[in-house]
Amino acid sequence: MFDYESLKLIWWLIIGVLLIGFAVTDGMDMGVGGLLPFVAKDDTERRVVINTIAAHWDGNQVWLITVGASLFAAWPMVYATAFSGFYFAMMLTLFCLFLRPLGFDYRSKIDSPKWRYNWDKALFVGSMVPTLVFGIAFGNLLQGVPFNFDEFMRVTYTGSFFALFNPFALLSGVVSVSMVLMHGGTWLSMRTDEHVAARSAKAAQIFAAVLVVSFSLAGLMIATSIDGFIIQSTIDPSALAQPTTKVVTTVTGAWLNNFNAYPVLWLLPTTGIVMAIVAGLLARFKPGGLAFTASALSIAGVIFTMGVSMFPFVMPSSSTPNHSLTLWDAVSSEGTLNLMLMVVAVFLPIILCYTIWCYSKMWRTVTRSEIENNNHSSY
Amino acid sequence: MINETLVEFSRWQFAITALFHFLFVPLTIGMTWILFIMEAVYVMTGRIIYRDMTKFWGKLFAINFAIGVATGLTMEFEFGTNWSYYSHYVGDVFGAPLAIEGLMAFFLESTFVGMFLLGWDRLSKRQHLAATFLMAIGTNLSAMWILVANGWMQNPVGSEFNYATMRMEMVSFSELVFNPVAQVKFIHTVAAGYVAGAMFVMSISSYYLLKGRDVAFAKRSFSVACGFGVAAICSVLLLGDESGYEVGEVQRVKLAAIEAEFHTEPAPAAFTLVGLPNEETMETDYAIKIPYALGIIATRSLDGQVTGISDLKKEHEARIREGMIAYDYLQKLRGGEETPENIARFNEYKDDLGYGLLLKRYSENVIDATEEQIQMAVEDSIPPVAPIFWAFRMMVGSGVVMFGLFILAFYFNARRQIEQKRWLLKAILFALPLPWIAIETGWFVAEVGRQPWAISEILPTFMATSSHEASSVLFTMISFIAVYAILFVIEMWLMIKFAKIGPSALHTGRYHFEKEQQQASPQLRQDKY
Repeated sequence: MFDYESLKLIWWLIIGVLLIGFAVTDGMDMGVGGLLPFVAKDDTERRVVINTIAAHWDGNQVWLITVGASLFAAWPMVYATAFSGFYFAMMLTLFCLFLRPLGFDYRSKIDSPKWRYNWDKALFVGSMVPTLVFGIAFGNLLQGVPFNFDEFMRVTYTGSFFALFNPFALLSGVVSVSMVLMHGGTWLSMRTDEHVAARSAKAAQIFAAVLVVSFSLAGLMIATSIDGFIIQSTIDPSALAQPTTKVVTTVTGAWLNNFNAYPVLWLLPTTGIVMAIVAGLLARFKPGGLAFTASALSIAGVIFTMGVSMFPFVMPSSSTPNHSLTLWDAVSSEGTLNLMLMVVAVFLPIILCYTIWCYSKMWRTVTRSEIENNNHSSY
Repeated sequence: MINETLVEFSRWQFAITALFHFLFVPLTIGMTWILFIMEAVYVMTGRIIYRDMTKFWGKLFAINFAIGVATGLTMEFEFGTNWSYYSHYVGDVFGAPLAIEGLMAFFLESTFVGMFLLGWDRLSKRQHLAATFLMAIGTNLSAMWILVANGWMQNPVGSEFNYATMRMEMVSFSELVFNPVAQVKFIHTVAAGYVAGAMFVMSISSYYLLKGRDVAFAKRSFSVACGFGVAAICSVLLLGDESGYEVGEVQRVKLAAIEAEFHTEPAPAAFTLVGLPNEETMETDYAIKIPYALGIIATRSLDGQVTGISDLKKEHEARIREGMIAYDYLQKLRGGEETPENIARFNEYKDDLGYGLLLKRYSENVIDATEEQIQMAVEDSIPPVAPIFWAFRMMVGSGVVMFGLFILAFYFNARRQIEQKRWLLKAILFALPLPWIAIETGWFVAEVGRQPWAISEILPTFMATSSHEASSVLFTMISFIAVYAILFVIEMWLMIKFAKIGPSALHTGRYHFEKEQQQASPQLRQDKY
């Protein structure tokens, strides 16, 4: 149906779309978890907050699992290199992610303030640490990470855990956290009322502002002090996946080359910034759907900005640039990409349909009185 | 050289996290159908007690489900974090069923589990029943794709090694899906999950019956679980995994280890019921044997032979020698000598490349391995016999005991005498751990029986790890043990607490503990029903 070159391009888009799906859905309830201690002051308010996502957090989390599994199937070398290279960061994320399913499900099971207070903390950690780590990881991808392959394609990562926490990566962490908190804030102000909604709207505004500033600052650093990667040799896009045969150099500011070559791409970072401003401006107004949509568009803009600036790289190597992983040479075979494309084409629309049905069925403004009357059937 | 300590720690960490995850998955698989049956009865008859049953067992299901989801994340991460060479080497084939599992099954399961738990007031009766059904289907499909992936590790069909990309690549998706090992494994494993679900509901219901509490509720729960469980245990035993052991070389090795069949016996071979396998003398001491049984079970015939370990070793030695030739040509090809002759020679021997890689443990360069090193690799090609022999017998033993209990329970339940058979109720209560013993030992047989391979005959386990410091993996392994222990304590505490409260936990005012309260002060009734 498609040739190998097109399949590789399509898969770059699919991974991007899945990442956005993850950030918009699971990011939303990570934002809710992060805001939980701040926008809800007593137990009833906290249950109001949690019950806006109670029926959905589990389905949302599958976006993360699907991103991971799709990397495994479509970009196995990226999956292998990123997950093993960022070993302690990944493990930290994983241990924090344990806290979410348990927190959501176990918190309401025992009617004890101490029990619930501890699970609130767990939900906060489980939501914010992974968000921060993902941001830091992407910040490191943009700078390249130290790894190389041997003759039998075994990857060795030579960096340390603490080297991940460099200034640019931390700034990326701020981008990620503020993006998710803005998104969670618009969600909560849309789905709750009274004090919780007001506090959430305020949080959305604050973090939309933080996002605009940190994202712009990151852009400035990309232009002035971060080395971008450039392929010097000619790439045959339909060649077999052999990531060690090309010649790559680094030049400061090179991550802007794609934008300069195709100025229309500037729309992506513009969307990221403008939509964050729109989300902030609209956060206080009902219905909250517009602010939430703007926030989702902002997230899509931010993620695609990053993807496009690195294109065609997905995981550059700082120690051995020639071994950098790109969407042309770190991919699965043509047959597997073809098969998985068909699977995605069939199932992604189905997933979207039933997900929307479930959200619409559970759609309501969650109020204090509803929670107080359903002590035993809600979370 | 291979870092043996790293390999050991990586294996232990994976085994611990997989076995821990697998404590919760089978119960989820089984409970989804039991919940669906209960709710279907409610929708058809309109009797509230069946809705209460669905909700109460659903509460226990949710406690289990949450920890299953949490520990499942580990499995998704761990191939990449700790088995990165594996991920590169087989991602093209193995990643596909995992990704399909996410898209086709896990999304469905996880989306509708939320509707099942929290959609009671938001959905119509039929819509809610449909949600429960979709959750159950999603769970079972999820198990299918995971076992397609695992079945491929046991019997890697539909794929071929590509020297240019240095990995396995998929050539036939349908062969992957219809892999006989995967199909047998799927039925065997989900049916084992159904048994776990049935035993769980029956044991806890027995507890209520023994206490004389909520008898109507407990009897109905018991009936549903016992009908479902009898069907499930029959399929587990009749369609036992063993029918898959004649397919594929490594499955043959596993069968020989399970039976401690050190030497090939004339057909039909005898089945060793118990005995003490001695790997040094290659004899099974004090063996009690049933004539003909093994030959018939394993080959479904009177004249089929079950190959013994000593003969398997001879075959492996020949393949290791061929594997050395394959490795020699692979080096030439990777070094740029891609002549048609080298390619042809490599293709001739490449099926044995994996056996050549077994030498990597002793000789970095494989082709200059000494005779002694070849012999060590031959010894490595057989998994440890005694642990597999015993684990298999524990699994089958637990299965047979459960079979007896299910049959008795079914019989007395049908005759409406189950309440009077207190000895049977007690036996069922104490038999609660049996499904888990069977399931964990079964998983042990399947995975240890595949050693030394990560992918049968293709990739040795010791090559499949990431390039970490052993101490890094030791650190995370200890963290896993500590964190999992805490999670387990919390989960068990909640589970026992709610199982003891029983349906009173629903706060409907209709059950044991609330009735007592009501008699004292009737206004405590909260619910509108």
